[in-house]
Amino acid sequence: MKMSGAQILCESMVKEGVEVIFGFTGGVLLPLYDTFPQYPQLRHILVRHEQGAAHAADGYARATGKVGVCLATSGPGATNLVTGIANAYLDSSPMVAITGQVARPFIGRDAFQEIDITGITLPITKHNYLVPDTGSLARIVKEAFHLARSGRPGPVLIDIPRDVFVDEVEFHYPARVNLPGYKPTLEGHPAQVRKAVKLINEAHQPVIIAGRGVIISGAYDELKYLAETAQVPVITTLLGIGCFPESHVLSFGMLGMHGMAYANMAVSAADLIVAIGMRFDDRATARTSAFAPHARIIHIDIDPAEIGKNVRVDVPIVGDVKLVLKALNELVISSEHVAWVRQLDDWRQEHPSVEIRDSEGLLPQFVIRKIYEVTGGEAIVVTGVGQNQMWAAQHYWYNRPASLISSGGLGTMGFELPAAMGAKVGRPEDTVWCIAGDGGFQMTIQELATIVQEKIAVKVAILNNGYLGMVRQWQEMFYQRRYVATPLSGPDFIKIADAYGIPALRVTRREEVVPAVEQAMAEAGPFIIDFKIEPEENVYPMVPPGAAVAEVLEEPEKGVAVWPRRSTP
Amino acid sequence: MAATKHTLVALVEDKPGVLNRMASLFRRRGFNIESIAVGHSELPHLSRMTIVVDGATTMVEQVRKQLDKVVDVVKVSDISGDDMIARELALIKVYATSATRSEIIEIVDIFRANIVDVSPDSLTIEVTGDEDKVNSLLNLLRGFGIKEITRTGRVAMSRGTPGPLAGGGRTSRAKERKSS
Repeated sequence: MKMSGAQILCESMVKEGVEVIFGFTGGVLLPLYDTFPQYPQLRHILVRHEQGAAHAADGYARATGKVGVCLATSGPGATNLVTGIANAYLDSSPMVAITGQVARPFIGRDAFQEIDITGITLPITKHNYLVPDTGSLARIVKEAFHLARSGRPGPVLIDIPRDVFVDEVEFHYPARVNLPGYKPTLEGHPAQVRKAVKLINEAHQPVIIAGRGVIISGAYDELKYLAETAQVPVITTLLGIGCFPESHVLSFGMLGMHGMAYANMAVSAADLIVAIGMRFDDRATARTSAFAPHARIIHIDIDPAEIGKNVRVDVPIVGDVKLVLKALNELVISSEHVAWVRQLDDWRQEHPSVEIRDSEGLLPQFVIRKIYEVTGGEAIVVTGVGQNQMWAAQHYWYNRPASLISSGGLGTMGFELPAAMGAKVGRPEDTVWCIAGDGGFQMTIQELATIVQEKIAVKVAILNNGYLGMVRQWQEMFYQRRYVATPLSGPDFIKIADAYGIPALRVTRREEVVPAVEQAMAEAGPFIIDFKIEPEENVYPMVPPGAAVAEVLEEPEKGVAVWPRRSTP
Repeated sequence: MAATKHTLVALVEDKPGVLNRMASLFRRRGFNIESIAVGHSELPHLSRMTIVVDGATTMVEQVRKQLDKVVDVVKVSDISGDDMIARELALIKVYATSATRSEIIEIVDIFRANIVDVSPDSLTIEVTGDEDKVNSLLNLLRGFGIKEITRTGRVAMSRGTPGPLAGGGRTSRAKERKSS
């Protein structure tokens, strides 16, 4: 049967299991949008800005593990997706971004709303396509979804000229893809696996550093088996949080710039690092020349280009984390590292890192901890970027995979609200808390209209300190408190919420926190709490930029100068 | 040839934008590319590229792996360690007068190069060989005054039995990756 390009796109998306499209219409997309009523199984969510569509698709993808789909028109619609696509690229989020393009006869003539979006997104997509004709569309959609979700996932962009939506051809959806240049290695090389097992079996002070790759490949059970069998303490990256239950006796928190002091100390003292599905980002390793100085490093990753990119590796294993861990687990022998685990426990006692001090004022850490308690640790937490993100990572404890959703690689302020929206759409049964700063929240605040119109029950906690807090913290610590362009006079978020028709509360005192959070949870729809927190509260521990992980700064008394303190054992 | 220079050979799909994808990758990752030469291969819809990278300034293994990630790139190999044939072609237009013409022709003969165009005040010479040969000829001709040079950059392949790239271009890259 002949179908239009618009129908072919919809049919193909249905075949790929797409349930929801976050989009914003426009001139060249009219033929496509006109087709949507024929496909009620494709839920379209009209965002208020295309950046929101991309972040929502990303949040949906992270919460569900499925491919998120966003849609934008040509020109400014397409360029507005760019930040969200880059964000998905850096955090390996499976996404298909669809953009309309001017009709083929106009391409290259600087037509109205024409932009070279495939050129623009070349370095921030796993692959992209400008669809040359309607006959190629089904194959391209098939390839795009395959590329987005397989191997190391990532965003794939499909740019579709207006007349390609209109032309009609016979529709055949290909059964398989033919991409000779794309064959991800899934099984680890047996010889490498044996070498790794030997190192694990012989190690005295081993540490696992687990990243987002564990979540992507769904290797929680395999990771847990390895850690428990070989008695290896588990530390995670920011994006790895939740891949190993943080309540587990072998869980020692997050490493890196704002990681737990004991986690960084463990990495510094370890004789073996088993890095699993992580990429040695500079925020995790701090100064790479001083990273894990005594350790041999096993690096398991599906992307061969990550091996040896940032740190030297002794035993690389390229493959899917789940399959590689399965192979490792067959050979690893059960062992004890009693003294080593006790040492880490001692460090955790001496350097608690996530202790909350008594304070008259409302501390953000206290707010996060109370949200943790009220939600029983069962919520999906979606953060912004900066102080709010680090407090949410440190003071909420995550026992479920994909329960923390955060912009790691790109560090995109404004991610929080649209990503939370996407997560809630993907996992409607779960409670979704959006932890925002008062700065980042204003970057995509317009999506409040979307969550009301589409009845998406996101709960928002604004940690409102009247500053761009993380930059202010750096100004305090490294620029003698010269607060240039960081104070925010902020709007009245309660009035904003009221204008959008969302119930909201302002909280200024400790004892109001729990009732407010409980009220938010009791509300069926969205809810906003504006927490007026201590304006100059800092995130600790902190490894200063350029320092080694062992040179960690821990929380000083407020008003006392900050001093570098060596805490290496 | 300096020991730090590496020769990568890539088999790529003949699709619009593939050169752009590779060039964009070099620029974005800060890879320093000495030369790149592209042409059709023995396989339909596939082109073969020869890329020369200076290992002193660029992590060659990263270049190879990052290129391998480009979906349109079917296969990449660093053949520097192999016994390989590497050639470059240069066209050199040199000033020539009646007084110097025969001397230039003598030099060209010694290098087994060809004169491909003659004009009243110049000769155009075509030379094929490795970079050392091309450079030596250039140095000798410099004294006569060079009007114009164009060089193809290196093209290369492994000697003898079909190299790792042959065999239909469908060879799995997994074998190589596993050893990485």
